Amino acid sequence: MKRLFPILAILTGIFLSYALYLALVVAPTEQTMGNVQRIFYYHVPAAWTAFLLFTINFVASIVYLARRSPIADAVAVITAEVGVVFCTIVLITGPLWARPVWGIWWTWDVRLTSTLVLWLMYVSYLMLRRFSTGGQTPVLAAAVAIFAALDVPLVYFSIRLFRTQHPQPVIGGGGSIDPRMLHALLINWCAFLCLAALMCWSRYRLEILQKQLDEAQAMESLAARGTR
Amino acid sequence: MSVVRLTAVTLAKDLRLEWRSKDAINSMLFFALLVVVIFSFSFDPNAEESRQIAGGLVWVAFLFSAIVALNQTWAREVRNQVLDAYRISPAPANSMFLAKAIGNFLFVALIELLTTPLFIAFYKLRAIGPAWQLLPTAALGTWALVVNGTFFAAVSLRTRSREIMLPLLLFPISIPAIVGMVNATSSILTGDYSARVWIVLLLTYDVIFTIASFLLFETVLNAE
Repeated sequence: MKRLFPILAILTGIFLSYALYLALVVAPTEQTMGNVQRIFYYHVPAAWTAFLLFTINFVASIVYLARRSPIADAVAVITAEVGVVFCTIVLITGPLWARPVWGIWWTWDVRLTSTLVLWLMYVSYLMLRRFSTGGQTPVLAAAVAIFAALDVPLVYFSIRLFRTQHPQPVIGGGGSIDPRMLHALLINWCAFLCLAALMCWSRYRLEILQKQLDEAQAMESLAARGTR
Repeated sequence: MSVVRLTAVTLAKDLRLEWRSKDAINSMLFFALLVVVIFSFSFDPNAEESRQIAGGLVWVAFLFSAIVALNQTWAREVRNQVLDAYRISPAPANSMFLAKAIGNFLFVALIELLTTPLFIAFYKLRAIGPAWQLLPTAALGTWALVVNGTFFAAVSLRTRSREIMLPLLLFPISIPAIVGMVNATSSILTGDYSARVWIVLLLTYDVIFTIASFLLFETVLNAE
């Protein structure tokens, strides 16, 4: 397993550089938007990766409540943290694209607002984990994660009742896309998935080390109390 | 004892406590009054403008003052280890949750009843749409705040700086409910469009989160 980590790291590096080459050089320039459209190769994969991670967080939270396995809890906290990172990338790259194309940094459109609310909910989830004391943290966090996941469709539909301004989804939306663009997008997504897996993995190792450290400290203080 | 009876007993105890101390009601009432006054200085609206923004103002005032009551809900039970006694007792956890939620609902509803005349007077409000729809909007909106608020108050009870943790958890989750109640109220006041779709949204939100709270409350209460 330990050998796999550097291999994944190298693979991620290769994927990311190849995807960068595809996005900047190979993919043709978009007709109306020009070069600014190229941010789409980072914006969309980051969004997909974030949504995937939040879905894993939801499943892991349910598994934790059902089985009380510490691994499920570790997976939940890690996917929430890395998911918030990718969601932040989405929220930063979106306005960078919107400013030249729409002429505005932000609009309270359904996708933008839903993504922002999603980000807010998972930040509050992470704050709960930070502020919560003692062994009940995983249970409380899992309950909040389930509430957040239940809230997502409601957020979406409540905001959808307003006018929507976001460009319609290109994949599966019936729109036509240059195959080279699609290629760049999908390779970028693979690169982002590798990056997310890499981040989750190293964060998982950190979590294990933290647990071992906590246990060692607890044992030490018990031993110290015993000799006194 | 049946669930109904247990709920009634717990609710009666909470109401009696509040009746004798009036801690939550007084601070909520004063807080809501302050919000009314400060908003009127901040925006200085005329009658037409205030009709446009009143939906938002009213609900922000109620939301913030509801936090006062919600923070007290469980904090009261921590003193003298009452909460631990609850957990040992064979009484179903959900009957206690229901009693707490109904109690908070009554407190917030009372505040709404008392401050609404103030809003009407200070902002010269008059409903152009069907005014009776304000009643279901208020009831469903208040329940939406209170049911999640009671649940998250139990969650934030176990954290450091619990008073600030409750709004941090409650506000993001409540966003669809806030969108619903503000738009329902605004559309009734301005009479521009029907409030029905927003009331349905509130109802859906209430049903989903009432069920979720009942399913998860016992787990949260007994979290160790």
